[in-house]
Order: sequence, then structure tokens, then C-alpha cells
Amino acid sequence: MEETSVKFTAKDFKSDQEVRWCPGCGDHAVLSSVQRALAELGIPKEKIAFISGIGCSSRFPYYLDTYGFHGIHGRASAIASGVKTANPDLSVWQITGDGDALAIGGNHFIHVVRRNVDLNILLFNNEIYGLTKGQFSPTSGKGLVTKTSPFGTIEEPFSVGELVIGAKGKFFARTIDTNISLSTRIYAEAARHKGASVIEILQNCVIFNDGIHEEVTGKEVRDERTIILNQGQPMIFGKNNDKGLILEGLKLKVVKIGENGITEKDLMVHDATEPNPGIQYMLANMRYPEYPVAFGIIRAVPGFTYDSSVHQQIEDVKQKSKIKCMDDLLMSGSTWKVE
Amino acid sequence: MAKRTDVIEREEVVIRFSGDSGDGMQLTGTLFSDSAALFGNDVSTFPDYPAEIRAPQGSVGGVSGFTVHLGHSEINTPGDFSDVLVAMNPAALRANAAWVKEGGTIIYDADNFTEKNIEKAGYKNDPIKEENLESYNIIAAPIGSLVKEALKDFGLDPKTVLRTKNMFALGMVYWLFDRSLDYTEAFFDKKFHNKADVANANKVALRAGYYYAETIEALHPVYKVLPAPIAKGKYRNINGNTATAWGFIAAAEKAGLKLFIGSYPITPATGILEELAARKDLGVISFQAEDEIAGICTAIGASFTGRLAVTSTSGPGLSLKSEAIGLAVMTELPLVVVDVQRGGPSTGLPTKTEQSDLFQALYGRNGECPVVVIAASTPTDCFDYAFEAARIAIEHMTPVILLTDSYLANGTEPWKIPSMKELRNIKPPFADPNEIPFVPYKRDAEKLARSWAVPGVPGLQHRIGGLEKDTEGKVSYLPENHEKMVKIRAEKVARVANDIPDITVLGDQSGDLLLVGWGGKYGFIITPVRELRAEGYNVSFVNFNFINPLPKNVNQVFKRFKKIVVCELNLGQFADYLRMKHQEFTYYQINKVQGVPFTIKDIKDKCIKMLEEK
Repeated sequence: MEETSVKFTAKDFKSDQEVRWCPGCGDHAVLSSVQRALAELGIPKEKIAFISGIGCSSRFPYYLDTYGFHGIHGRASAIASGVKTANPDLSVWQITGDGDALAIGGNHFIHVVRRNVDLNILLFNNEIYGLTKGQFSPTSGKGLVTKTSPFGTIEEPFSVGELVIGAKGKFFARTIDTNISLSTRIYAEAARHKGASVIEILQNCVIFNDGIHEEVTGKEVRDERTIILNQGQPMIFGKNNDKGLILEGLKLKVVKIGENGITEKDLMVHDATEPNPGIQYMLANMRYPEYPVAFGIIRAVPGFTYDSSVHQQIEDVKQKSKIKCMDDLLMSGSTWKVE
Repeated sequence: MAKRTDVIEREEVVIRFSGDSGDGMQLTGTLFSDSAALFGNDVSTFPDYPAEIRAPQGSVGGVSGFTVHLGHSEINTPGDFSDVLVAMNPAALRANAAWVKEGGTIIYDADNFTEKNIEKAGYKNDPIKEENLESYNIIAAPIGSLVKEALKDFGLDPKTVLRTKNMFALGMVYWLFDRSLDYTEAFFDKKFHNKADVANANKVALRAGYYYAETIEALHPVYKVLPAPIAKGKYRNINGNTATAWGFIAAAEKAGLKLFIGSYPITPATGILEELAARKDLGVISFQAEDEIAGICTAIGASFTGRLAVTSTSGPGLSLKSEAIGLAVMTELPLVVVDVQRGGPSTGLPTKTEQSDLFQALYGRNGECPVVVIAASTPTDCFDYAFEAARIAIEHMTPVILLTDSYLANGTEPWKIPSMKELRNIKPPFADPNEIPFVPYKRDAEKLARSWAVPGVPGLQHRIGGLEKDTEGKVSYLPENHEKMVKIRAEKVARVANDIPDITVLGDQSGDLLLVGWGGKYGFIITPVRELRAEGYNVSFVNFNFINPLPKNVNQVFKRFKKIVVCELNLGQFADYLRMKHQEFTYYQINKVQGVPFTIKDIKDKCIKMLEEK
């Protein structure tokens, strides 16, 4: 779709419906960032569709003055694929959660990523089932005590980035609900990217899993425990910008600038556009305490999108075929006349 | 061509080609039926193949068959007992011997009747003796050695040579029915236009079979079936799945909408997806999804954007789609779900026919969740009912389930080609772009259909979804609102009854016995009804295509008959449905659940018994 010169503010995207999330829920901040991103993009409201599954976050479409569709559990990827394939002129956003996308909707999720349907997929990861009041999800850390794992989960969690790259994903970014400026920038970039753009949003469930991301993203520690990746920039982090990442052998390593003769020039430079996902895969999988957790756009590789290819193929076949309308088809092939 | 002796003129004849699933019986049968249709016979065919693509060679389970029923008058079924059986091996004989008419003709490949193969088919001695077929017209042709001899100068590898055995057999059958080879030879030239030697080898095998039949003169009597007196016009052959696909394309064109199919392959419905995937020239958007659920969900997404959306499946797939059908009911979006029924439950009998998904179509969802249910009755009217299903879905803003079955899907009939201008127009109820804000559940007073506002239209932004809403489209958990909306959705579907035709009775309009059928078993009931009537019995017949809602004149029709007998391939689902909807009548039943349709005898014997019981 074309970006236009229409001028919007975040307020223009608010719908008349009352927002019903719990006070303090991370979703409020995500909504606010998305409204800002939409205003920045300037796409006419009627050309935007928000499609969701089931879960707390899936109420999202009700709160935006765009076209919206609140689907059924796990199927947002499929419904959104249908919307975008049926009308590629639309800007289609999918709202989903860790349960919706990775458990009940896991199959649809890997396939929408593999097909590279041009969607912006906002995956709210709070590592818990909130709407059903607190059961473990496919991203819950091993050992997490919940109502259905009273003695701690025994399951290995999914890493969203790893799954996306494994499913041949071409765009993966990570942000945190509370960082509105980073989130707004990422959402807008995801919308500009042609293809399935998956954004993992570390989101806080204030009721059932409060503070799950605090260990990494708490105000006091986040500079030391996270790294924001910027295209073409050295991979640098720390309160004093004195830490960075280098490649040692086949592994990433955290180094301190100034120690052992390391300078900023020795640090790796981030390239999200590199088709080979090797480094991006390692970046997406970095876990505290061994590494800082990566934020920003980790992978963004251009490629053919499913929806445009579908319509290109239709146009190509139309050009070549002698069948132009239903009457032509009815009379095609072997027919005979009864006198 | 040869001078014929002992020519028998017949009203109709049934021929069954049967062999291993790799023997090319489907092609052989198709070529025969196409040339019969070109000759002007009315034709009905049915391919019957095992679920396994290559079941163990020579085993009874691996037998693949193709039945052609051709006639001088109207033909409604592929026929049950055959006049001629072609058996390429002992297993084929074993699977079909019981279905040959007494004294019928059996052509078999003597080269394949080796001791080993005979044993594999479960015979101990000579199969002909064991089956008590000695009084039949048996032609034991050493087909394998004859094609080797005929093609010895072609320099083809032995495998390719043996692949022409089916054409040799076809040649024999052509002689038996005094048919021209022209159409089939032209087919070879087209199919093998890059391989002239293969085309020629097939032609030589075909002719060798034809002349062999003539030479041995064992092939008598010769059957002659004159052309059928059918309506003037242009015709083509079409099977039910293709007709269904075309019905949707025609509906999309009439409605001025793009057609979208989201589907997942499943036997026996896959042909619909395949045909629509091939129709990119007509702008069809096809989406082969990762599963049945994604198939319907992509279609619902497409419907939200203003496309004519369909999804095709069979019984197990319909189960998987249940929740999403509920979503389409709640969002009141047009959607057609085709269920090409097969034998169930579970994987059941994937390639066999049954009518046992009726309850699933009517009720298989959570909540009060009514949808329109329509059933096609012949391969060719799959076109009409697919068109109707789409029209009703669009104009009434509702999901529609279209029931066909594996017999209709794969069965082929000659079809008088309609012209697009004969078909009725379809008017999508698009929302008025000037009525802002858009009220999602504001309704048309007559149909109760809501309007369709599609993304891209400025000012009509709105949100719909699976949660209960009030008229304005806001989420509502109010008790009164829920009950109101449930009742409106039910009434909306009920009012479709104003938009469908009455049922019509074939035969006397009142009398002793009314046979009631629904959907695809039409042909298997009308044929015994005709015979019974010819024999002087007072029997009439009505076939239902509109199941939910039922046509309005059911009571008026039923009350004119003493006995009502519902015939269906299940344990009585439609009978139970009628008991609920029209409690004022008593319903008798004729049921069968063997994966095969009724035989003429099944119905006739039971009808005669019921008439005597009165």
C-alpha cells in the first residue's frame, strides 16, 4: 500500500469503546505505542485492519478506530492471512499472545511466517495465560509455578525468535511494553517491511505473572542486562556504554571496552538485513545472565511476499489464458451439440 | 467395419472396467463414457477406487473399478448390476462377480489368471467354476501376450507395452458396442503429442483388441444402445466436484465479487480445490492452508474483506471447522462450506459414499448456531446448488453448508451447458458508504440480514468478532441482548424459507406411498420408483435439496400420502429431523450404511413389502 501524506495523531486511532484491561497491564502501553506508530505511518484508517485471536491482548482491535476482527483462539494467523491475501491493499496487523500464537495456534503461526504473508504480527509475551487466570504457557520458564504447574513446569519453553528463524522468518524484532519510543519505532518499521514481521513484545501481566521481565528490564538493571540493536551500529551496551559483543570462535562473547585492548572498533556491527540468519539467531537467543537480552530489529531481510505473489500469478495466467469469463469456461474443452 | 450378427437393442447397459489400481481402469472407463456421450447416449459413471494409491498388487482390496451406465433414455445412476465386466485379474473378478447380471458377459485377461494370482484373490480352483459363472458369456483373452505380439516391432520397453493392455480391453468393448474408435484415437494424439510412438502403440493396442473381438466372434451378443432423446443444445461431461467449483465461479461473476477458496486437501473433496486453483484465469484466489481450520479461517478473513469465500472439505474436516463456522455465524459473514460426504465416523471409509454428516451439518457446533444447509442431488446439479449456496450466503449474510457426497463428486454425467445470462443476479448487501457511523448489526427488515461493510471504504470502520455484540457492534454480556441476538440469528436463517422453491412430487400427487430422499441419492431412488410405477404400484417420490430451512409446503405434500418412507444412507438422520420438524406424520425408513448406494432391488423389495402391509 502507498503511504500518503494524511496527517494523523495517535488520538485519531482511538475507538469509542472503553478499554477494559486491568489497571497497570502492559497492554495499555502497547496500545499507546501502536496508536503513535499508526499516526506516524499516515495510512488512511479505512485501509487498516487489526485481526486478533483470543486472550487479553486480543481485545486490542476493539480499541482502535480501524477495521477490526476479533477471531477465535489460535486462529488469528489464519484469519489475517485470509484478509491480506484477499486484499493486499490493506495494512494488516495481527494481535496475538504467547498462548494464542505458540500453543493453540502454533501450526498457523509457523506457516504464516514461512509463507511470508505481509502482516505485522504483534506477539504479546507475558509467559502466562492471563485470561484463563494463570496457567503456564509455551514460553513460561522451566520450573515456573502456576495453577496448572503447582510443583513447577517441567517443560522447555519456546524462544520466539528461534522459532521465527526456524520457520524461515524474515523479520524478527523484540521490544518491551514500557519502552514507548523503541516500540513505536519498531512497529512503524515492521509495517514498512514487506513480509511477515514478528515483534515479540515482552509484556507484563500485572495480576498473574507480575514482574516476570523485571530481572532483565527493571529500571535499575536494564542498561546492563539488555542491548538495543541498531542497524549498522556497533553492538554496545551498559550504563556507561562500556560493554559490547564480539564473535569468538562460533559463539558470541560479552567484552568490556578498554579491557584486554578491546576498543569499540572490535565490536560486531549489527546487520539485520543479512540473509544468513546465523548471527541473528544467536542474538535472538541471548539470555541473561550470560548475555544481555537483545532488543530492536534483529532480522529484517527482504523477500517475496505470499500475498503479492498470489496476485502476480493470477495476473500472469490471465494474460496467457483464452478463458476470460465464465461463459468461455463453460464452452471450453470437449463439448458436443444435440440437434 | 465388420458386419454384425446377433445385435441386441437395449434400453440401457452397464459396463464395469475393473483391475489393479495401477491398470488404468479409470482412464479406460472415462474414454468409453466420453465416446458414448458423444454418440448421444445418456451416461452416468462412477469411479470406485481403493483408499490406497497402490494397494498390494493382485489383492481384492487393491481393485480399482469404473462403472459406465449408458442408455437410450434418461439415466440417473451409475447402475448396480453390470451387463459386461472387464476383469484384468482374478482379484477384479472376485470383487465384482456378484455384481454381474445373470448371463452377462465377462472379459478377462487370461494371462493374468496364473495359479499365484488366483490364490492371491482367495480362490482355490478355477475362479469361473467357483463363482458359478459357467453359464455366463465368458471371454478369456490372453491380453498380455496379444499386446506384446501386436507391439513387437515398436521397440518399446516391456513395461510400456504392458501398459497398453487396458486399451486392448477397451478395443474389445468398443467392438461389443459397435462404437467408433475416432474419439479415443484423437485423445491419444493429443495426450501423447510429444511421444508419437506411445500414441501409436496405444492406437495399435486399441485396434488389436477391436479386431481380436471381431475375429473370435465369441463376443456375442452384441449390444446396441441407441442415442437417448435428450434436449437440444450444447453438452459436455462434468463431474460433481468440477460442477461445484464452477457453480462458485459463476456465482462470483454474477455477484461482481472475487472468489476466494481457503481449503486443505481431503478425499473426496480435493477436486474442488484443484479446479479452483487452476482457475486463475478467472481471478480465483486459492489458498491451500496448513490444515482444515486455517482453510475456513482464511476464508472468513477473505469474507470480511468482501470476497465470495468458500472452503471445501469432507466429514472429518467439517468437524475441525466447527468452531470457525460458529465464528462466521456470530460475525454474520457470507461463507459457503462444502462437505463432500464420505463414510464415517473418524477416517471411516474415505473413498466410499454415505449421507451421515447431516446431523453434523445441522447441529455440530457450540451454542445456538443455525446455518443454512443445502444438498445437491446429481453431479451436474452440484453447479446449481453451489450457485444457490453462494447466492443465499451473500444475500442473507450467513454461512451455508452445501452437502454433496463422494458419488456426486466423482460421478460424471453429460450436462446441458447453461449460459451465464440464464442465471439469476446476485446482489451483495453492501453497506451504504454515506451512512456513517456504520452500525454492524442493523438489519434489513425483510431478510434480517445485516449489511456488509468492507475494509477500504472510508468511514465504515467497525469491529466484529466471536463475542456477543449489541446492534451497535459493542461487546455485550447483557442477558436480554444475548437472547435477542440468538433469536434474530435463528429467525434470519428461518426466513431463507421465503427464498427457496417448494418441493415437487414425482409421480402421483397423492397416494399410498411417498418415498422421501435428500441430496445425492436422488438417482438411486428415482430409478426403482419408475420401475415400480411401470409395474402398477402407487409410489411417488420427493427429493429434498433444501434441508435447513425446509421448504414451506412439506406439510401440504406429506398429508396427501398414506405412508411416508425416508430413504437415506445412514441410520435415519433425515427421518429424525423430519420427526422433529413435522411431528404430525409417521415416518418409515429405508437405510443402508455399507459405503455403497441403494440398489434398485433394495428399494423395490422394501416398497412392495410396505405396500402389502397396509
